[in-house]
Amino acid sequence: MTSEDVERLLIQFQDESGEVLGAPFDVPLDITPDKLQLVCNALLQKEEPVPFAFFARGEAEVVTSLRVCVKTLGVETEQVLPVVYQPQAVFRVRAVARCTSSLQGHTEAVISTAFSPTGKYLASGSGDTTVRFWDLTTETPHHTSRGHTHWVLSIAWSPDGKKLASGCKNSQICLWDPITGQQIGKTLCGHSKWITWLCWEPLHLNAECRYLASSSKDGSVRIWDTLLCRTDKILTGHTQAVTCVKWGGDGLLYSSSQDRTVKVWRAKDGVQCRTLQGHGHWVNTLALSTDYVLRTGAFEPAFATINAQDVTGSLEEVKEKALERYNKGSNPERLISGSDDFTMFLWNPAEDKKPLARLTGHSALVNEALFSPDTRLLASASFDKSIKIWDGRTGKYLQSLRGHVGAVYQVAWSADSRLLVSGSSDSTLKVWDVKTGKLSVDLPGHADEVFAVDWSPDGQRVVSGGKDKCLRM
Amino acid sequence: MPQNEHIELARKRHGYRLDHHERKRKKESREVHLRAHKSKKMIGLKAKLFHKQRHSEKIQMKKTLKMHEQRKTKQKNDDKTPEGAVPAYLLDREGQSRAKVLSNMIKQKRKEKAGKWEVPLPKVRAQGETEVFKVIKTGKRQKKAWKRMVTKVCFVGDGFTRKPPKYERFIRPMGLRFKKAHVTHPELKATFCLPILGVKKNPSSPLYTSLGVITKGTVVEVNVSELGLVTQGGKVIWGKYAQVTNNPENDGCINAVLLV
Repeated sequence: MTSEDVERLLIQFQDESGEVLGAPFDVPLDITPDKLQLVCNALLQKEEPVPFAFFARGEAEVVTSLRVCVKTLGVETEQVLPVVYQPQAVFRVRAVARCTSSLQGHTEAVISTAFSPTGKYLASGSGDTTVRFWDLTTETPHHTSRGHTHWVLSIAWSPDGKKLASGCKNSQICLWDPITGQQIGKTLCGHSKWITWLCWEPLHLNAECRYLASSSKDGSVRIWDTLLCRTDKILTGHTQAVTCVKWGGDGLLYSSSQDRTVKVWRAKDGVQCRTLQGHGHWVNTLALSTDYVLRTGAFEPAFATINAQDVTGSLEEVKEKALERYNKGSNPERLISGSDDFTMFLWNPAEDKKPLARLTGHSALVNEALFSPDTRLLASASFDKSIKIWDGRTGKYLQSLRGHVGAVYQVAWSADSRLLVSGSSDSTLKVWDVKTGKLSVDLPGHADEVFAVDWSPDGQRVVSGGKDKCLRM
Repeated sequence: MPQNEHIELARKRHGYRLDHHERKRKKESREVHLRAHKSKKMIGLKAKLFHKQRHSEKIQMKKTLKMHEQRKTKQKNDDKTPEGAVPAYLLDREGQSRAKVLSNMIKQKRKEKAGKWEVPLPKVRAQGETEVFKVIKTGKRQKKAWKRMVTKVCFVGDGFTRKPPKYERFIRPMGLRFKKAHVTHPELKATFCLPILGVKKNPSSPLYTSLGVITKGTVVEVNVSELGLVTQGGKVIWGKYAQVTNNPENDGCINAVLLV
């Protein structure tokens, strides 16, 4: 009788919030993640098998087999070992490997790019004062929209994908229709200095996509009514330029400014709720954990097809879908603010004034921070040429991605949160595999600094625009 | 009375002729016609010189007229948008080109070697001893003059105790001792009242540095824990240098700019 002398270990499955699943049971130490997955799926009684990632005691990830993990952790085999399981996205996004095309047409540097929420349209704003729409299937220019008188600094798609708002350096905002390329309504004037950021109201709060928030260097945030083409509310309170404004899913507006504070406003009546202080220098960027969900609205990336489609259904249906997707995510909403003082703060703005965590480690200013679409991870791009990955819930530092030789300007997550693309001033784009922390693909090809990077929400394409006046897909 | 002032003297004594101002005005207006007449009739070398001068005068007059005209009409805004478009997050920052960054690095290394640092006020007037110190006479007949009193603002540390009065050479009056400074952050343009930690260097003399005398251009160390600055390792910065920008003995307060 050959007794299997393989050591066995008692493990107990736990989900992320600590709830236990089933009773502890014996597994051989050689068990691999695949087998663990089968067991977990069986325990959860899911119809479709969902891929999981397993973390022993919540820290070390089980990559090859449990034995390796145990050795590194130094766990006694007598006790029950808790194993945390995390569902991964069902779909996998393939790493963008090559540049399919280089879209020329702009006569000045490309400053901002954005995919529509369904991934069907692409818009780019540039220093030649035009906003250009591009046809993604043929990768050629679709429309050129003229109307601005100065550089187009920021663009934002409405969550239903039917309108695009663009703000320029002469403090004007224009709305465009992506299908015809024509301007909708009047030009919105009102700010006295240039527009720094635009943000639409989320779909589940208002399915018509009527309200738009804009922040400007003159220190005010204005809420515009796009149907009547006029200012609805003006939120003043900041003493210096407002660098970023985000519309949260609970009807709260968050604005960050150069006066080192982040202010929380109630969108309904424009009243300031809270001021979040703590930074020592300008606050450059804000990111919400629900960013991805709010951006894509009612569109579910798992159901994406090769040819992206418009969002169908009546207003009510669309609103329902968006609300569903919003509620699926982990509540409450978390906010991260990145600043020139080289640190970031993780806040729970709906609850209290004190930050949850302070994320230090960068040696130069933090330019952009983004939550991953599954809100578990957080990436921060900084002028010290590195990108740091942090835990999205607690703010603990996970890893550093080094490889760029110039300041990293922008990052974008893939829809399944496994890959990250970053554009920098050294004119290259790098795709990183977050799990291993290594460079997956290097995408050179731009002739000059890369100013804007975006990954389409259905995960099929990455677009980047820069100082060399061309867009690359 | 000097030779050439008889006209003025007469004017002071008797005033002007009754029709003086009108005659003056009319003569001046006739001058234009006389010049034109001269310009037409003159010949020879004299004429050449005269014409040259007149030509340059005419050009100057035309230029000033054009300038005045421009101010009257409103200029249409320049349609051409400037070059060098940058995204919103780079707008308030001065972009440093790569070449400049490299040369800056080299310059900084050289400065470090030489021990010289860049300060907002590089050159300050050196204060002599007679300015900073006042001689105090002591003794039964007030003849001994070895004591000095500091006439400028100074900083003494927390645990400062005077030497025995009979033996102390430098007197630092309590009225001129300051603990706090108004420090301005050059980028944020905000001013904070921060406690002074110590005097790092007084540009006039190392003697003043050791005494703690604060004059314009002195580099002091201030406690910046109020600002909430953090190093890369997560440690909080609590001391930074600042340079004094005013004459504190005249103003009654110390204004400084932070050296970042």
